[in-house]
Amino acid sequence: MFGEIFETHNWDETLVSIYAKTATDVQRALGKSKRDLEDFKAMISPAAAPYLEQMAQLSNKITQKRFGKTVQLYAPLYLSNECQNICTYCGFSYDNKIKRKTLSGAEILQEAEFLKQQGFDHVLLVTGEATKTVGVDYLKNAIKILRPHFANISIEVQPLEEEEYKTLVAEGLYAVLVYQETYHKDNYKTYHPKGKKSNFDYRLDTPDRLGNAAIHKIGLGVLIGLEDWRTDNFFTALHLNYLERKFWQTRYSISFPRLRPASGLIEPKSIITDKELVQLICAWRIFNEELELSISTRENEFFRDNVIKLGATAMSAGSKTNPGGYSVEPESLEQFEIDDSRSVAEVEQMIESKGYKPVWKDWEKFTITEKATS
Amino acid sequence: MSDTLKIGDKIFSSRLFTGTGKFGNHNIMEEALLASGSELVTVALKRVSMDGEDDDILKHLNHSHINLLPNTSGVRNAEEAIFAAHMAREALQTNWLKLEIHPDPKYLMPDPIETLKAAERLVKDGFIVLPYVHADPVLCKRLEEVGVAAVMPLGAPIGSNMGLKTLEFLQIIIEQSNVPVIVDAGIGAPSHAAAAMEIGADAVLVNTAIAVAGDPVAIATAFKMAVIAGRMAYGAKLGSVRAYAEASSPLTDFLN
Repeated sequence: MFGEIFETHNWDETLVSIYAKTATDVQRALGKSKRDLEDFKAMISPAAAPYLEQMAQLSNKITQKRFGKTVQLYAPLYLSNECQNICTYCGFSYDNKIKRKTLSGAEILQEAEFLKQQGFDHVLLVTGEATKTVGVDYLKNAIKILRPHFANISIEVQPLEEEEYKTLVAEGLYAVLVYQETYHKDNYKTYHPKGKKSNFDYRLDTPDRLGNAAIHKIGLGVLIGLEDWRTDNFFTALHLNYLERKFWQTRYSISFPRLRPASGLIEPKSIITDKELVQLICAWRIFNEELELSISTRENEFFRDNVIKLGATAMSAGSKTNPGGYSVEPESLEQFEIDDSRSVAEVEQMIESKGYKPVWKDWEKFTITEKATS
Repeated sequence: MSDTLKIGDKIFSSRLFTGTGKFGNHNIMEEALLASGSELVTVALKRVSMDGEDDDILKHLNHSHINLLPNTSGVRNAEEAIFAAHMAREALQTNWLKLEIHPDPKYLMPDPIETLKAAERLVKDGFIVLPYVHADPVLCKRLEEVGVAAVMPLGAPIGSNMGLKTLEFLQIIIEQSNVPVIVDAGIGAPSHAAAAMEIGADAVLVNTAIAVAGDPVAIATAFKMAVIAGRMAYGAKLGSVRAYAEASSPLTDFLN
């Protein structure tokens, strides 16, 4: 399990080693054809800031070689905002007095219909953590309902047991996104004081359980703003390296969620500037050429428009972060504020204007067990 | 005598096969494919809409000289490949199939064991099977024995544009093969394509190098010409490269 490797690394020493990287380290990293974790440290270090344009050019080239001039489009579908966890940065936090809502089967279908009309074929199901109402049976049922309508289904929900993941994979689940939020173990507890999520180690070993369950894709990431973003991203890279070696048949994606304002919540402790976020995205791309990099509507229009050429390969569009937000109950409270509120058609047009092709469908489940007639 | 290529029941006058992935725009894709003169074009089944709606990629491939070659990209083993093949035959109305099985999503390395298993079964099911494989001469012979219509060994990792990194092995495959050999993957420049044709490959398959070029239409034309030139050079029997020197102080002079 990754926990064993994680224990051999110290947060403070890692942080110091990143900030100690020099221009020479950066040049060496950029000049190589295969980069290791030390190179990644150099590329995310302050020493790499003057090399931003070079990194962007390199990132653009590498991304096109692997992914072509394409951007995968997906939509988040929030199923529930019920949650028993207290997370000091999240709008769905247990202690946040908001109206709770969990979509029924019929409501899920209604939302799905809306997304299908927009053109989506890849969907990401999101929930809080409320195991009684939104446990594995609920998720299984949701996937069963949605399976005939979408080519590709991913989830971003509470960590589950290996057997539970196996059940969902058999149902047609493609990917699981499970962000560690922060790899700073001590401070993790202050952000997650209550609920199952407060168990750092259980979350940390979730990708191992996913790998064992033979999921197709695992999404990793940290919530940028909680702790030093450079150190947190190094640990994500360490985690990824471990997983790639162990679960070589699995695909991986990385996201860069920046802490966004949500009602009644903490302010970011570590601010990442746009320039630094671009540096981070390019560093990831140059470090791992085959990795999927995803940009959500947490980012603003301007940033998203320009980041397409820098290495992003997947994007959400026209997103709502409240259960029923598309058509069932458009007025309910969001998990976080969306910063790019353009319509799907507008985003599609923007991508095309950059010379890129939006890809709606890039998956087909080639097994006999699925696609019930519909 | 015209220099055509026969694979299965089809005769091709172009030896440049192309793909449809990675293009930034489907109109440009169509233009580039037309400029390439390609008569066999791969389509990833996973990218095609299966619910009977008008598919945007297929719409742009609707030309009488273009034959579709569905590929099984995305499958991880023989069982999934066989399922995908039948799905492709039904959806695209062709029994031609580029069999590619890569359980490794990072480098997309073909799985030789699963590929051989699936090929054997699919040939029996009536498919014209073109397997994408490592430049492994023994594997290519084994595939030939189970009845594939051609073999498609890789020149370098897919999408890498690195050229013929497997040259020595490709030459052995070409020498030994009784079915057409199509060099697939890694061809990044017209000169690579010409080199493959010069060593006697029957055709090449190019996708990334065309799709992500600054001017895909111009590069497609360049590839078309390079393939013709390479093939012509192969037919003309190239002068041999002298691997030895004429010594100024010969060692065998004493024999005269």
